[in-house]
Amino acid sequence: MSTSSDGPRPLPTAEAAREAIETESVATLRRGPFRGLRERWNGLSRPTQWAWMLIVVVIAYAMPYLNFFPLSTAPGNDWPLALFAMAVYALVAVGLNVVVGYAGLLDLGYVAFFAVGSYTAAMFTSPDSPYLKIPYLWTLPLAMVIAMIFGVVLGVPTLRLRGDYLAIVTLGFGEIVRILATIIPAMKGQVGFQNVGRPPGEGPNGIPIFANSNGTPWYWLTVTILIIILLLAGNLERSRVGRAWIAIREDEDAAETMGVPTFKYKVWAFAIGASVGGLSGALFAGQVGFVNNQKFDVQTSILFLAAVVLGGTGNKVGAILGGAIVAYIPLRFTAVADYKYLIFGVALVILMIYRSQGLIPAKMRLMAYSRKAVEWVAPPKVPRGAEPPRTPTPRTEGGAS
Amino acid sequence: MLDLVALSVVHMDSSWINFDINSLLQNFWSATFDGLTFGAVYGLIAVGYTLVYGVLSLINFAHSEVFIVGAYGVVITLTMLGFGPSAPTIGPAAIIMDLLLALVVGMVFSAGTAFIVERVAYRPLRKRNAPRLAFLITAIGVSFAIQYLIFLPFIGGANAQPAVTMFIPTPIFDVFGTIITNQQIIIVVAAVLLMVGTDMFIRRSRTGRGIRAVAQDPDTATLMGVSKERTIVITFIIGGLLAGAAALFYVMLVPSGVIYNGGFILGVKAFAAAVLGGIGNVRGALLGGILLGIVGNYGQILLGDAQWADVVAFVILVLVLLVRPTGILGTTLGRSRA
Repeated sequence: MSTSSDGPRPLPTAEAAREAIETESVATLRRGPFRGLRERWNGLSRPTQWAWMLIVVVIAYAMPYLNFFPLSTAPGNDWPLALFAMAVYALVAVGLNVVVGYAGLLDLGYVAFFAVGSYTAAMFTSPDSPYLKIPYLWTLPLAMVIAMIFGVVLGVPTLRLRGDYLAIVTLGFGEIVRILATIIPAMKGQVGFQNVGRPPGEGPNGIPIFANSNGTPWYWLTVTILIIILLLAGNLERSRVGRAWIAIREDEDAAETMGVPTFKYKVWAFAIGASVGGLSGALFAGQVGFVNNQKFDVQTSILFLAAVVLGGTGNKVGAILGGAIVAYIPLRFTAVADYKYLIFGVALVILMIYRSQGLIPAKMRLMAYSRKAVEWVAPPKVPRGAEPPRTPTPRTEGGAS
Repeated sequence: MLDLVALSVVHMDSSWINFDINSLLQNFWSATFDGLTFGAVYGLIAVGYTLVYGVLSLINFAHSEVFIVGAYGVVITLTMLGFGPSAPTIGPAAIIMDLLLALVVGMVFSAGTAFIVERVAYRPLRKRNAPRLAFLITAIGVSFAIQYLIFLPFIGGANAQPAVTMFIPTPIFDVFGTIITNQQIIIVVAAVLLMVGTDMFIRRSRTGRGIRAVAQDPDTATLMGVSKERTIVITFIIGGLLAGAAALFYVMLVPSGVIYNGGFILGVKAFAAAVLGGIGNVRGALLGGILLGIVGNYGQILLGDAQWADVVAFVILVLVLLVRPTGILGTTLGRSRA
């Protein structure tokens, strides 16, 4: 970086690579309230990281029983149901994060895919619909496939356009889906579909396990799906596809020049994001048990976007956090529930001005290097001169608290 | 061809979509003139999008709220002047004076909102060299925040403002057997005059030259002595003024259409109009607005439900963009000639 000659830059030596990685990680570490935590996390060995993750997962599953004062939404809203809403929003945010965060495509009509998923679940299980009936759990993959088809159909014509147009076209698409749900008689407009199906199983007293009012099993189901999707998304992020997305996000022209088929990967991002949206829509429809045209408006799309941006665009952990917060605040603080759109609108503006990376910024570590390679050339240590007050922690001790 | 269409209609189980070509032919001219009137309003709003996009390459989603704030200004003024749901009883001269006052208030409200939005939301981002996505998300956030600020019970509330009837549209003359009212003439003529004025301002005046220079190359323009910040503010204010004028005509057409979220979809359609005509192009905005208004009207008569107008508008937008990604007229603000 410091060369002043006009000649070609020399190939990166191990030293240069180490320096580059260090600069990158220093740049990342300076931001974010969880900066110390991230540094320690990256310093842990892989098995220790898995152990910590296991603890987090156990806590996540135990959440319905942590029904006590400062955390719980209890007197105003049922806590397990609130947890389910948070999990669904988190799932939506993870899906939207693929589109907005990884590939940098602003999708303002994401609720349309959510709606497609909801209607898929409703129309194939509700007794109100005249079509073929299938078990509810089968509608989950079906919703993914159908939403994905919608994503491709929408993406192929529009993803060739400039990025800004995509925002307006997706916004229009969101409206079109809502309007079609109103106009087309088969989708029953405001009357909607009652008694959407549920997973099988009955409790000892004949009440179905997955009753609409019983949030806990729904929450567990959603968390399980969320974990699976997270693992898949994480693998995608580190794969060739993920690197292509990040290249497109950072500079589409440069990516194209370097031989990345940008259009193909943008359609992929759109389709994958859409399928996760469809999946969450189907889950939502199952729990609520009722689908009509009233829940899929532009406002909800913006709320989803707020979740992704709040958590940290491009960071899947951030997306979960953002989704959970966006769902949690109106349920926990019922006094502000009427103002949730105002709050999140203002939050978006303030975030963009002061913390455009969100609560947990996406990691900026050079994606080209694998974890092994990074450790090989740049063993994790406290960066020089960046954080003087912190004492160095030995990397073998698991002390992330 | 028509037989095929008819066959496919017969095979559908219900009549939610119908290709009622007879109805379209019968109502062709009235649909055209109605569409022209609505399209003129879209066009006026579209100028705000097109100018800001030309200068900042930003889809200013908050522009729809700039418009709706102006509409609130118009309705509040007219209500205070004694207008109500029924036709006013005062003479034509008094009505014209009142409408002019409402026009001024609407323009001031809209331009003021545009100015504040620019100052509070976009300028800090420019100072920080924020990425484009941050601008877009801010625009969405501002739009949302203003909508739900109006939504607060002590400001606007959840319900639409009471209707104000400015005057009863009276027929002036017939074209192809279709009655043209004075309302339609006023709106179209005023919109065209405002657009021509804006176009002249952009092309002829010194400030307009500055706007074009910044649109073309901000850095070079700054070197040549154009104040970029001042130019951007002026651009926002011009857009706001036209949105305020559009607000008056909108209330004239849809007396009870002023509601906190009423601007959003209208704004999206106006942006679609700007893109259709060629974003960054003032003449294109009017053309796109009128096209969108007319085609939407045809679609809604052909397909049989008022809501189809929006669907048709978006489909047309996507189709046009596929064929001509720069819109119909296509030039950018920077490249337009003096």
